[in-house]
Amino acid sequence: MLLSYREALNQAMREEMRRNSRIFLIGEEVGYYQGAFKVSKGFVEEFGPQRVVDTPITEAGFTGLAIGAAMAGLHPIVELMTMNFGILALDQIVNNAAKIHYMSGGQLSVPLVIRGPGSAAHQLGAQHSQSLEAWFCHVPGLKVIAPATPHDAKGLLKSAIRDNNPVIFIEAQLLYGTKGDVGDGEYTIPIGVAEVKRVGRDATIVAYSKMLLLTLEAAEQLSREDIEVEVIDPRTLKPLDLATIVASVKKTGHLVIVEEGWRFCGLGAQIAESVYAAAFDYLDAPIQRVTGEDVPMPYSRPLEDAAIPDKARVIEAVKALCGAQ
Amino acid sequence: MVVPGMDRSDVLFLYRQMLLIRRFEEKSAEMYALAKIAGFLHLYIGEEAVAVGAIAALRPDDYAISAYRDHGHCLARGSDPGHVMAELFGKATGLCQGKGGSMHLVDAPRRFMGGYAIVGGHIPLATGLAFATKYQKLDLVTVCFFGEGAIPSGQAHEALNLAALWKLPVVFICENNRYGMGTPAERAIALYAGVAETARSYGIMAERVDGMDVLAVRDVMRKVVEQVRAGQGAFFIEAMTYRFLGHSMSDPAHGHYRTKEEVEDHRKRDPLLMLKETILSNNLGAETDFIQLEREVGEVVTSAVKFADESPFPTPSALHTHVMREE
Repeated sequence: MLLSYREALNQAMREEMRRNSRIFLIGEEVGYYQGAFKVSKGFVEEFGPQRVVDTPITEAGFTGLAIGAAMAGLHPIVELMTMNFGILALDQIVNNAAKIHYMSGGQLSVPLVIRGPGSAAHQLGAQHSQSLEAWFCHVPGLKVIAPATPHDAKGLLKSAIRDNNPVIFIEAQLLYGTKGDVGDGEYTIPIGVAEVKRVGRDATIVAYSKMLLLTLEAAEQLSREDIEVEVIDPRTLKPLDLATIVASVKKTGHLVIVEEGWRFCGLGAQIAESVYAAAFDYLDAPIQRVTGEDVPMPYSRPLEDAAIPDKARVIEAVKALCGAQ
Repeated sequence: MVVPGMDRSDVLFLYRQMLLIRRFEEKSAEMYALAKIAGFLHLYIGEEAVAVGAIAALRPDDYAISAYRDHGHCLARGSDPGHVMAELFGKATGLCQGKGGSMHLVDAPRRFMGGYAIVGGHIPLATGLAFATKYQKLDLVTVCFFGEGAIPSGQAHEALNLAALWKLPVVFICENNRYGMGTPAERAIALYAGVAETARSYGIMAERVDGMDVLAVRDVMRKVVEQVRAGQGAFFIEAMTYRFLGHSMSDPAHGHYRTKEEVEDHRKRDPLLMLKETILSNNLGAETDFIQLEREVGEVVTSAVKFADESPFPTPSALHTHVMREE
């Protein structure tokens, strides 16, 4: 069945909410407005306002409320209108959601999904265009998922909702309208399992979320020049499926990591460190990183384009690595 | 004459609870001096009537949650003093297996949902506990303790608004001990003269109570809890109290921000002395009862220390457990 990323998320939540009455959706405009990006279309009509809870603009308050509800046995799905607004809820996410199971010696747990779009769309300005996944990945006690395709989005969101830990589920505004084949009927995809999205021999590229799509296009173009890259989508950023990445690097000897987030202390730095530790002897050249520029996102289109990785930069990185012209 | 709530066993129970907290806290200070307890230690001495009075009005299945000055609430909820002391010692037998410490006590079976050490940060959690009970159509009440220092925080305001907006069954108890660490309320809170106004401005019913008078606290709470349990929405209580010791172990009882005379003045209204006088003057107990209670509580605290001291530290293998819930 061909579904948009948005529809796949809608289906995942709908199926899970039908099977478990403890699950509720909470956030700004999730109910009568049908979701700021229409991900929860039809929910308030099907599940009612008790389970599809519109909130005031108060991220710390409603995220904290959801954490408290999770401690008391419910399973909230918090929709952040964008991940940028999660910064307002960071105290709740970092100090409460991530730590309560540990601090209580396992007495309490926080089964919770916090989801919403991360990364830049088009010209939304510096405060609405951030890729903050590295922040969340840094914190022990959180799982972080960033799927790129409708199929992965559905299967992973269902797993996230069934997980008994706090899960940060990062979508992307520019992915909501993208379409892909989503299997018929119910399925889940396990958290922490990467997927080889394209098989290749000359270099490995790790890319996730929106960056996967342009990486696959780059791979297509490189193939026409007889450079075959293997593309791996970790899908789950934490816990990271390092084994799949390392196995590929051992085969190709080259690694490029593509991420939209800022370079300094970005996720790619961690992946590179892990690969160096696990497969240094298999690398024929230093790992290349293609990242967002270390600047607040500018508004002007040419400047914005220059701040975000594109296909040309991915191709350039691969060629530099493989010694091609 | 029989006054409601002035039954002999009830008042002696309240006294015993306050005495337990008092002696437990004194012993904790002693153990801190001996380096058996480390880190931050915030004692509840002087404020006992708030936790004891409020919690006496709850059912065992109601939820309670607190800030970092949490020993009193945990003990009042009925937690075993040995397991609380072991947590302060960082032992494997502690309530949280040594992973929480003084500021993060949790006793889930007793519905004590934790002490939290980011000022204001646990108030939204309390609204969530209340949201969950309402969602499940349970007639439970959540009680949330915090200091007046949390009142100016954004998270407190967000939580008050949500609690009022959704008529959540939560009782906010502001323990107004006059100082946020070393800053007096009048230098921190615009409406310092009546912080309950903050709650009223959100449409939450509010009342001020003498937090040194355990019977007053309990009686207000009985009325409020009944009302909240009946579905009338959130309530806010401002309990006027005073901490007799410093903010934490590194802060002397008086000096920089308050005088010795001020502390001495408040000590005249010691909640234990006040209740004792009430009991004696109403012929609900005699000196021998107090001697007996001192002996009993003394033994409880001594054996709590013994238990904590003799317990093992966590093994290194515990370091990585509970980061994630496995099942």
